[in-house]
Formats: sequence, C-alpha cells, structure tokens
Amino acid sequence: MTAATNALFKTLSDPTRRSLFERLCREGEQTVWRLTRHARISQPAVSKHLAALKSAGLVRDRRDGRETHYRAEPQALVPLIDWMSMYSAFWRDRFDRLESLLQRMDQ
Amino acid sequence: MSEPVPATRSIVVERTMPHPPAKVWRALTQSSLIAEWLMPNDFEARLGATFTFRAKPMGNWNGIVHCEVTTFDPPKRLVYTWKGGTVQNAAYGSALDSVVEWTLTPVAGGTRVRMEHSGFGPHNDSAYSTMSGGWPTVLERLETVASESA
Repeated sequence: MTAATNALFKTLSDPTRRSLFERLCREGEQTVWRLTRHARISQPAVSKHLAALKSAGLVRDRRDGRETHYRAEPQALVPLIDWMSMYSAFWRDRFDRLESLLQRMDQ
Repeated sequence: MSEPVPATRSIVVERTMPHPPAKVWRALTQSSLIAEWLMPNDFEARLGATFTFRAKPMGNWNGIVHCEVTTFDPPKRLVYTWKGGTVQNAAYGSALDSVVEWTLTPVAGGTRVRMEHSGFGPHNDSAYSTMSGGWPTVLERLETVASESA
C-alpha cells in the first residue's frame, strides 16, 4: 500500500508523465502515435513514460493490430486522496466536538 | 522557473462559534479541555513547549504525535508542529511532518475559528525535493477527475 503510494508520487513527479496522464484523463483513450504528436519528445521516450505510468497502475494499454492504445486509470489515485480526506474528516469531527465542549463550558 | 516550491498541501477548517475568543482560547490551550475534544495530550501553554498527542496506534506506529508550540499569542494565534506516523502506513498513521495553526478572530456574536493543517506531501520520497511548482494544482485537478469517474 505504501509502496504503491510512493510509486504514485514518484511517477507523477515527472512533468512529462504528468502531462501524458492528464491528457489521457481529459481526452480519453489514445494511441502512442497521437500522444507523441503532442508531447514534443520522441516516440520511444513517450513509450518509456507510458510504461512507467502503467507500472504505477495509472494507465492501461490495449493492443489493436500494430497500434497500442492507452487510457487513464484515475482510480489509481485513490490512496493519495484518501490520505488527505482522512485528515479532513478528522478535523471536521474535532470541530464539532470543540463546539459541543464550548457549549458545556462556563464563560 | 526551476525554483522548487514546497509541494505540500493544507487542510483548512473554518467556523464561526458563538463564544468569545478568550473562551475558545482556553479550550485550545488547557490540556484537560483539549483532551475532551481533540485527543489525550500533555500540552503545556507556553512558547517552545514540547508535548504529545496520543492517537490510536497503527502498524509500526505507536500512535504518538510529537508536537512543539512555535507560536503562542493569546487569544489570537496558536501554532504547533505535528509529527508522527511511519512510512510503512499508507493512509491513517502515514508519516507526517506538519504544522497546525489556529487563528481566532473576534466577530459579531462570537469568534471566527480557523485551523490550517499544512505540510501534507510525500516527505520521505526522494522525488519530493525535485517536484515542480505545478504539483499541488495538478493533484487537485486529478482529484476532481478521480471523484468524477468513481
């Protein structure tokens, strides 16, 4: 679980990978060729980044003849989101408790 | 442009409470009162005091949150560091080197209570120091995407 979270952070810390992932989130499934056209880096470089995203569980690939299609797996981000939402829920709950304590306290 | 900015995020909770600042301040700074709404603790109401909160243990983490009072300005501002957890835990009990900041502002009929818990980020990750400034924004956008597709 933690290894997975670290892998997510590490993978998304690269701006090129992040922009590839964002593009897939935004525009849906795409071929390597189409992604390369927007990326301003070589096709092998794009493929390498996609492989990193795939091993972090952030994208999934599908072979169709000679073309490989990639799509985003945004639910892979859930461990990162849970971490924050856990603390958000904690503090909201504690604010409720603080308010009820203040009601019981004397001036 | 290459200057790294802190790749951390904050939780902010803000609420107006129908009580005077001095009373809210007491609830934030008296150990026995803090224990009633936040967690068991050995808080000391002075600048530089080190204290602990005792949370539920998880995995390799004993549940102790280590803190130090870094701002003590009654009845307006209280800041303490909040360190605990272990890298072995993913969500609850994961490693955290953070800061909790309380700001009390008198308003008509009570006090505006603002809490900011900042410093959430992949602290123990070597990639952390090399992350670019776009990271927090990107993560926020990704959160939206993820919740929409959930």
